[in-house]
Amino acid sequence: MTKQHANWSPYDNNGGTCVAIAGSDYCVIAADTRMSTGYSILTRDYSKIHKLADKAVLSSSGFQADVKALQKVLKSRHLVYQHQHNKQMSCPAMAQLLSNTLYFKRFFPYYAFNVLGGLDEQGKGCVFTYDAVGSYEKVGYSAQGSGSTLIMPFLDNQLKSPSPLLLPAQDAITPLSEPEAVDLVKTVFASATERDIYTGDKLEIMILKADGIRTEVMELRKD
Amino acid sequence: MFRNQYDTDVTTWSPTGRLFQVEYAMEAVKQGSAAIGLRSRSHVVLASVNKAQSELSSHQRKIFKVDDHIGVAIAGLTADGRVLSRYMRSESINHSFTYESPLPVGRLVVRLADKAQVCTQRSWKRPYGVGLLVGGLDESGAHLYYNCPSGNYFEYQAFAIGSRSQAAKTYLERRFESFNESSREDLIKDAILAIRETLQGETLKSSLCTVSVLGVDEPFHFLDQDSIQKVIDTFENVPEEEEDGGEAEAEAAAAEQGGAGDQDVAPMEM
Repeated sequence: MTKQHANWSPYDNNGGTCVAIAGSDYCVIAADTRMSTGYSILTRDYSKIHKLADKAVLSSSGFQADVKALQKVLKSRHLVYQHQHNKQMSCPAMAQLLSNTLYFKRFFPYYAFNVLGGLDEQGKGCVFTYDAVGSYEKVGYSAQGSGSTLIMPFLDNQLKSPSPLLLPAQDAITPLSEPEAVDLVKTVFASATERDIYTGDKLEIMILKADGIRTEVMELRKD
Repeated sequence: MFRNQYDTDVTTWSPTGRLFQVEYAMEAVKQGSAAIGLRSRSHVVLASVNKAQSELSSHQRKIFKVDDHIGVAIAGLTADGRVLSRYMRSESINHSFTYESPLPVGRLVVRLADKAQVCTQRSWKRPYGVGLLVGGLDESGAHLYYNCPSGNYFEYQAFAIGSRSQAAKTYLERRFESFNESSREDLIKDAILAIRETLQGETLKSSLCTVSVLGVDEPFHFLDQDSIQKVIDTFENVPEEEEDGGEAEAEAAAAEQGGAGDQDVAPMEM
C-alpha cells in the first residue's frame, strides 16, 4: 500500500527576487515588486522589503503569507528589545534573532528566503543570507528567490568576494561606491527580468546609510 | 484604622465591609514620591519627582513608555510598577500583532484593573502596592486614567498621586477646566508647576523632575533637561528680574508662596 499524500499544500511560492550588497559605509537592498502564484500574477506592486530597525532591513522572497508572519514576529520582538535595552537592535543582533526565529519552526518552516541588509555597529555595510530554517552567513552580497540562480554568478563575477576559508580573514565588503552598487543592482535585475518569468514589473531599491534610508524605484519589463 | 484583627489576610472582610489589606496597599501609594498627569484634547503630559534614596544613589524611574501612544507614571512600590509596566507593554504588543492597530487605552486599563482585582481575592497573593497614572491617545481622543491597587480605575482630566500630591491636586483643581483647550506648551508648564507645588518650597530644578509628553502626531517621549529648564525659567524668573523696581511685587510673590506653603504643611500628616 503506497503512502497517502495530502491533496493540498500549506505552502505556495509567490516568486520574486531579492538582492543585497554591502558597501564600506552603505548597504543596498533591492527586490522586484511582482507577486505571483503559479503562472498568474497576483499584483505588480507588492513590496518585499521590510524595515525591521533603523539599521536592519529585511528582504524576503518565497511564500509571502509566511514572510508577513515572520516580519510581524520580528517587529514585536524588536519592540520588546527596545523596551528592555532602551535602544534599537543592531544588524548583527537582528541577524541572530532572525536565525533563531526561523529555526524555532524547524519542523514546519517559514517558507521564506531571506536576505538581511544593514549597517553593523561600526557603520560598515553588512549582508546576511539565510535558508528557510535559519542557517545564515555574513556575506558581502547575496541574492535569493526565483532569479537568484541568474543573478548570483554575475555578482560573483563582479564583486569577487574572497573565500571565507582564506586566512587571514578578509573583509567581504565591496570597494564599489554607492552609485556604482545601485547601478549594478539595476543592471542585474534588468537581466534577470529577461529570463525569469517571476521577476519583473518594478524594482524597489533601499539604500541604507548612517544618516538614513533612501528609496528608489525603477520600472522593469512587465511580461 | 490600623492593627485590628481583620487585617491579616486580604481574603478577610471586616465587620464594616472593608478589606484592610487592600486599603493598606493604597497607603503604600501615598508613600511614593509624587507623580502627576494632565490631559488636553490632543495631548497627555506625565510628570514625576526625581527622589533618590540617598545622596549616593540615583533616582528611580517612575515613568515608562508602554507604546508610542501610551505612557504610565507610577507611585508606590516601584518594583510592582515595573512588573505591571512590562505587562502593559506585552499586552500592547500582542494587541498590535493580532489586530494591526494600537491598543485603545480604555481596554488596557480594564485589563490592568482586572489583574489587580485578582490579587484582592486570593489568599496566597498580596495586592500590588502601586498606583498607576496611565495616559494615552486612541481613536476616541486623549485619556488619563488612575489605576488603584484595589482594582478600581477612574478617568481624570488631571490627577496627582504619591506624597504631597494634595498640594498638586489643589493647584490642578484651580486650573483643570481650561486644560481641555490648552496648548501643548501650556499643558507642560502646568505639569511642571504642579510638580513645584509638591516640592514644598524647595527650588525647582530640571534635575528634580522627569516630564514626558504624548499627543496627536507625537509619539511618547521624555523631555530633555534643557527643555524642562527652559519652561522653569519662564516662571522662576520673578525673584531675579525685579530687584530695584518691583520690590513690592517680589514681596507679594514671596508672601503668596509663604501662605501657600503654610496651607500645604497640614496635609503632610497623611
